[in-house]
This record gives sequence, structure tokens and C-alpha cells, in this order.
Amino acid sequence: MERKKILEVKGLKQYFGTASNPIKAVDDISFYVYEGETLGLVGESGCGKSTTGRSIIRLYDVTDGEILFNGENIASIKARKDLKKFNKDMQMIFQDPYASLNPRMTASEIIGEAFDIHGMYKDKKERREKVAELLEAVGLSRLHASRYAHEFSGGQRQRIGIARALSLDPSFIIADEPISALDVSIQAQVVNLLKQLQRERNLTYLFIAHDLSMVKYISDRIAVMYRGRIVELGPADEIYNEPKHPYTKSLLSAVPQPDPLSERKRQRIPYTHEEVDGDVIRKETSPGHFVFGTAQQLQNWGI
Amino acid sequence: MRPKLVEVKDLHIHFKTYAGIVQAVRGVSFELYEGETLAIVGESGSGKSVTSNALMKLIPQPPGIYAGGEILFNGRDLVPLNDKEMAKIRGNDIAMIFQDPMTSLNPTMKIGKQITEVMLQHNAASRSDAKARAVELLHQVGIPMPEKRYNQYPHELSGGMRQRVVIAIALAADPKLLIADEPTTALDVTIQAQILELMKDIQKKRNTSVIFITHDLGVVANVADRVAVMYAGQIVEYGTVNEIFYNPKHPYTWGLLGSMPDLNSSADDLLRTIPGSPPNLISPPKGDAFAPRNEHALAIDYEQEPPMFKVSETHYAKTWLLHPDAPKIPVPLAVQQRIDSYVQEGDDVWNAKKF
Amino acid sequence: MTLEKQKLEKLPANAFEVVGSRQAEQDKLADKSVSFWKEVFYRFIQNKLAVFGFVLLTIIIGMAIVVPEVSQYKYSDQLGVYNQPPSADHWFGTDDLGRDIFVRIWAGARISLFIGITAAFIDLIIGVLWGSIAGLAGGRTDNIMMRLADVLTAVPYLLVVIILIVVMEPGLVPMIIALCITGWINMARIVRGEVLSIKNQEYVLAARTLGAGTGHLIVKHLIPNALGAILVTMTLTIPAAIFTESFLSYLGLGVPAPMASWGTMASEGNKALMSYPWRLFFPALFISMTIFAFNAVGDGLRDALDPKLRK
Repeated sequence: MERKKILEVKGLKQYFGTASNPIKAVDDISFYVYEGETLGLVGESGCGKSTTGRSIIRLYDVTDGEILFNGENIASIKARKDLKKFNKDMQMIFQDPYASLNPRMTASEIIGEAFDIHGMYKDKKERREKVAELLEAVGLSRLHASRYAHEFSGGQRQRIGIARALSLDPSFIIADEPISALDVSIQAQVVNLLKQLQRERNLTYLFIAHDLSMVKYISDRIAVMYRGRIVELGPADEIYNEPKHPYTKSLLSAVPQPDPLSERKRQRIPYTHEEVDGDVIRKETSPGHFVFGTAQQLQNWGI
Repeated sequence: MRPKLVEVKDLHIHFKTYAGIVQAVRGVSFELYEGETLAIVGESGSGKSVTSNALMKLIPQPPGIYAGGEILFNGRDLVPLNDKEMAKIRGNDIAMIFQDPMTSLNPTMKIGKQITEVMLQHNAASRSDAKARAVELLHQVGIPMPEKRYNQYPHELSGGMRQRVVIAIALAADPKLLIADEPTTALDVTIQAQILELMKDIQKKRNTSVIFITHDLGVVANVADRVAVMYAGQIVEYGTVNEIFYNPKHPYTWGLLGSMPDLNSSADDLLRTIPGSPPNLISPPKGDAFAPRNEHALAIDYEQEPPMFKVSETHYAKTWLLHPDAPKIPVPLAVQQRIDSYVQEGDDVWNAKKF
Repeated sequence: MTLEKQKLEKLPANAFEVVGSRQAEQDKLADKSVSFWKEVFYRFIQNKLAVFGFVLLTIIIGMAIVVPEVSQYKYSDQLGVYNQPPSADHWFGTDDLGRDIFVRIWAGARISLFIGITAAFIDLIIGVLWGSIAGLAGGRTDNIMMRLADVLTAVPYLLVVIILIVVMEPGLVPMIIALCITGWINMARIVRGEVLSIKNQEYVLAARTLGAGTGHLIVKHLIPNALGAILVTMTLTIPAAIFTESFLSYLGLGVPAPMASWGTMASEGNKALMSYPWRLFFPALFISMTIFAFNAVGDGLRDALDPKLRK
């Protein structure tokens, strides 16, 4: 049986700057996300992974391409009223637990912000109950509702950010580097929480990160981005165990492991940038595992 | 035994804030030998950066207070030195590399000048020599076309290249000790790998001692000879890199190792986590500061601070679990399994002398 | 590691019972909830100069309210004793028309403070609106609005003011209009800068992904977070306005007699500087003290709000 694709991105382009001299942050990428899965989007800073996430949730007006969310093309929606409907279904978790919470608001104001915007839970008691429920869902106490953002630790703040994203009961969440600003022990807490929420609420995640070990751990499939394009996409295990694209290989070889013996023997595989000239084709090397490159490149890589 | 370069004894650093006195470093002691790398690993707020800044006497006073202890550098205590005396040591004997290469370089000064300035300041070279040596340094830190780069400004370089320049500046006066405070945290993994290789390479050639501050256990495994694990302003475990990674004794170290997924862990097993968050250091908890987050905490942990227990000649841990009367609590299964898999993959030499 | 010889004292056996972690202590927050403004307040009261400025200001404003009401003299009463030096009857002396300078100082304080505060308030409204619209809209709208402001700054200010006052007859209203012609531009620039930085903060992006409209963003996020900078700018605009008012009065463009502002009093006092120096000294002293007090409070506020000092 064909699995349902909750999100399908086709030929997405996001350019900034002037038309004559555009900065191509995202340059013609296509992928889809199955309902209930986690797609990891990895790459180094400036590769366009965060821009991709923000374009999909329409923080930017996309330059070109289609974003089919539950079959509807949201890239072409202009009116805020129509966008509001889709805001209920797609939400985002941000990177910086300090910058992502308004310092002048209490936890309950932050979590309940969406209720004001959408005119929900107007009854005070009902609203308080809903906020408390969300706080508890992310492992905080309802007693924390009246506290200001700066009173919480980084991990707790990120939990509040997650509670905010859950407040409208979305089905799809874009997590934009949600753990990279957190300490190691806190990262694990947040990742476990995200996994638990996914199971309980049948959420679909687009998980954007640069930390490959965490992405591998949380994702079902992984897309590797490099300079605005996807270079390789496939099941998480395959990407890690049998990377095909030389950039993916290089990236993987650079991840340090908490294992001194293997670290001492590790050989880094360098990658030299290759200009793409010619049409990029997508080659399926095994079911669901794609490598992107020109015909010449693919041949050079032995694919 | 190699000669000792640095010896820190029972260092206490406090900060005065409007909310009260923050005890950022609470009795840290360690030593550093010539030519070795000591990694200080810990989470934010553990006091690792404060400790390293304290070595350079970079703690602003006020609000900082050197509340006790000694920092012996080549046998000389740095704590009572004034700014002028410290200025001679900074850059000359001890150099520092910070996290963000952009803010540690002067954006309005050419790269070459920033390097030669250090040399001239410390009379390490004559003016004509300085340029030749700066170009040579740029070459050594792996910057292509050093003559051209010499006349460029920091913004003309990429992040990785800038960090190389920062390292070149740090090396300019040929310091005996290099303190690197999260030098690769702001960089991408592929660049990080290059910078780590570079630092190890330089250390081998120059026999520099390095104190490497980081929160990333992968980086620690890559660079360190010895490791100090910090928590709540104290060193809780201290040993060689193999001892810390393959025979950890402190439950906090177990937690750190367990909470990091490696490329082999599968999505089905939940990560082990350390519940809660670190304590507030304005009023540190009584007894063992880690106890409230420790599933193996003993009754005494809430009463009395544990001493450093000796595990081997080089390995110490600050936990009551090592007391002869304490119950024998094994390393958590998931952590032990991972260690076993590493050690099996590891070389036979290690297997032969197993703990 | 320096380690003393481990002498392990014998501990009771139950000391080594495994009791585990204590959930309650793990996520304990500080006992008292400190809002942002409370924190600012704590830092502010630690700044002695700022507190001194604040006390001084309170006294000046309090006196301005009370003294003209309770004094036995009126500010326009001509008492028949001319150019008296300070004495028990007339604490600050009298002027050439025999009016009590002490009462006139506090009556003048009302005018000067009223002009300063009103001008700052009008600046605030125009500046915040202009700046936040420009900052939010961005792009071409921003460009046009800020260039307009630039053009206005480039017009020789004093000339415009003099013409305006001459055309409209000196008085309170033209004075305030004159102060506001370019006064709001500084506020607009500062608000625009704040808005530009705040609107790209992740919490604003988060609100947008929740479906927030512009109105919601302004009320819930932009204004509360720009409030600090606005407040500081305003406290620093008031003394500037008071000073400009004094200066214009000094040129003879101030409020008409018998009303008095500190500026007109100083202007009159200046004529008799050699013979009756107290007539200039007192208004000048209060102008300086008030400007100092406002500046001290403004600086104190800015330091208290500075995020770099926040922990």
C-alpha cells in the first residue's frame, strides 16, 4: 500500500537579493515526507536547510516551486486568512531557546499566544487548563505557567517552545535545529520528548540539524543538503552505512565519536567542491535511496 | 614523568550579582604536564570556561572574585599578579583561542599585522624577521597562499580560515600553554575536523601544552590525553582519556556518555538522559551537587560532599559510590554495551591490559 | 591532582542506601518570580547617581506642584521691593518688578516641565508610529519614510523655529510645535532600529507561524520589547526640550510676560548680571539641575535595561 505523503515539495526555489544578482539559498529542491515519519535534513551552515524549513512554513514568499501540504499547494496562498487555516496544521520549533521566547511574556502567555490569534479557549478557566495540559505534556509543571521565560533553563525553555508549537494541535512540525543550542544531557531529554510526542500524537517531523549523530538517531529518512541543493536522500541507515555521494562521505567521516580508540585511527575524507555543469539527474541506487548529480559526476563516483 | 607546567590548587571563583554570590568554581584542582592535552568537559554553567579564563586572569573584577586557591605556572602563582605582570605572561607564555573567530580578530587590521604585532610586543622578533615568520606561521596553520593572505582583512576569509588565523596569532609568541575555549563549536563538522587535526599536529611539533575546553565528548575523544569532567563548579571525574571513556566511575560521566547517540545507536532505543537541570550556584545543594539528578544517589549524597576517590594512579572520581562500604553499582547497561562494542573494535593493545 | 591521604572515616551503614534522584529538586526554579521590570528596578536602585537624579526630579516636580499653590505670593505679584537679594522673606530675592523669585522659579518650573514633557510626549507618539511603520514595512516604504526624515533634519532648524514663532506670536503652543518639528526624528530612528532587530527575532517568527497579524505583532512583541529603548530616549528628550525652550526664551522667543519659564527668567536675569547676579543664578541653577537629573535617570535606565549586563 502506498503511504500517504503529507508534504510534497516540488522544484522549490528561494532566492534573496535582487533579481539580477540573486543569492540562491535554495536552488530547485524536491522531496516528500510521509505521514508519521521523521525526515532529517542535514547540511553545514549556509547550505539552505533552515531556509527550506522557513519557506515551507511560509515565513518567506517562495521564489518558485510548489509546496503540496495535504494535497493543497500552499506556496501560492497569499491571503492571511487562508494561511491561518494551514498554520493550525503546520508548526515550527526554533533553534535558540533564548531568542525564541519573548522575554516579556510568561510561560502561559507564550503557550497561549495562538489561542488569542485564533480566538480559541476564550473562557479563562478552560484556557488555563489547556495551558497546564500542554506544560505537562512537555514535562514541565503547571506551577510554571506564571513564570517568565528567563527564569527557565535552556532545556526548559525549549520545552516551552515545543508546547507552543503543539498548542494548535498540528499534524506536521518543522524542527529547525531544536537541540543544537542545548547541552548534551539536555539534548537527549528534548530528543526523547520529541520522539514520545510523535508516538502519542502521530506527528510528522521535518528535523533540520547539522549534528549527524542526532539526525541519524531521530530520523527515518535523511536528505543531505549542500549549497542549496539536495545531494543525497535515503533511509537513515543506508545514508550512514553506505553513503554514495562524496560529500555525504566526507561529512560522515568528520563526525567525532565518543570513542578515543577509533578517533585515534580515524581518517577524514576530504571533499572538494565540484561546479555543477549540465543537468542534475536523480539516480535511485536502491529502493528509496537517491543520489543527485550530473551524468558525468555519477559515472565518476561509480554509481 | 614529564615536568609539570601548570598546577591549579583548590581554586575558588565567585561572581557578585544582584541576586547573590554565584560560586562559579568551587575548589578545582588539576595539573598539566608539558606537551599534553587536558580536556575540561562540562555543560554550560559547569565552570569550565570560568576556570580557563581564570588561568589567564581574564575574570573581570568586579564582579569576579578570586576567592581562594593557587594557579601555579612553572611554579609561580599567578593569582596575586597585577595586570602589568600578567600582560607579560599573556600571549608570551600562555595564549588563548576563543570560540568565535570573528570577534577575536580585529576587523580593521590586516591579518599579517595582527600576527607580527604579537611578536613585536613580546620582542620575539625584529621587524624584518616578523613578516617572514608570520608568513611561515600562516603556512604552518594550513592557509594557502600565505603571502597573499598576509595583506588581507579578516572578513575576506571563511570561518575555518579565520580560526586558523586565530591559532597563528596564538602561536606567534611561541607560548608554552595554549588554552582553547570551545575553538570548534562555531564551526561546521568538516571544518572542525580540520582544525582539530591542525591543533594536534602543531602540538606534536612544538610540544605545547593544551587545555581544551569543550562540551562535545566526540571532540574530547579526538584530542585529549587526559580529561577532567566538571559539574556545578567542581571536577567530578579526572583521568586519562581511555579511563574516562572506557571505565567511567562517576554517574554524571555515565549520564553524559549515555545521552550522546553514536552512529550505531538505532532509533528504537530511547536515549539515556540525565533528568532535570544543573543546580543554581548561588546556593549549591548540600552534599553532592549531582545527587538530585542521580538515580543512584545514596543517602549520604544529600548530607555530605564526597571526597575524590582514587581509582588508579591517574584516575579519580568524586562520588560516594567508590566508598568501600557503598553498594556496587555497575555502569548502566546501555553505556556498558556501547563501551564493550568500542573496545572490541579497538586495538588489541588496549584489550590486553584491560583495566 | 593533589589529594591528601584518604582517611575514610567510618560512616553509618545506612548512609549508603540508594535513595535515588529527587525530582522535586531537579527542576526547582528560584523561589520568587522576578519579572523583567522588577529586575530592571533592582539594577536601577543600585545605581546611586540615577537614584539621586530620580530623587532630585521628584523634589523638583513636587515643589513645582506645591509651592505656587501654598505660597503667600503669586508669581505675578509686584511687591514693591525691587532687586532684593535673597533674604528670609524672599528666599531667592526679588526681580526688577519686585516679584518673588522663589515663587517664580516654581511657577516657571511648571511651564518648563510642561513644555519639556509635552514635547517629549508628542515626539514619542509621532516617532513610535513613524519608526515602527518604517521598520515593519521595510523595503521601499522604509526608504521613503526615513529619507523624508533626513530631509527634515537637513532644514536649518533654528530658522524655521524663529519664523514659526514670529508668525504665530510667542506662546506655549508655538513653542511646543517648534520643539516637535524635528524632535520626533531621533525617536523614529531609534524605534525603527529596535523594530528591525526585534522583527527578525525567533519569537516574532514563531508568532508569525502561529498566524499572527501585524497588529498582534506590534502590541504583543514589538512594543513591549522596544519599550526600554523608547523610555530611555524619552527621558533624554525631556531635558533636551527644556534646554531648547530655555535657549529660545533666552533669544526672546519664549512665553510672554507675566508668565515665566526658566528660560525667560534667565534671559531677564542676564541683563542685570553684574548688579543682581541671583536673578540669573537661580533659574540657571534649576535648568542645570533638572537637565542633570533627567540625564542621570535616563543613563541609569539605559544601564539597567542593557541586555549585556543581564544574566
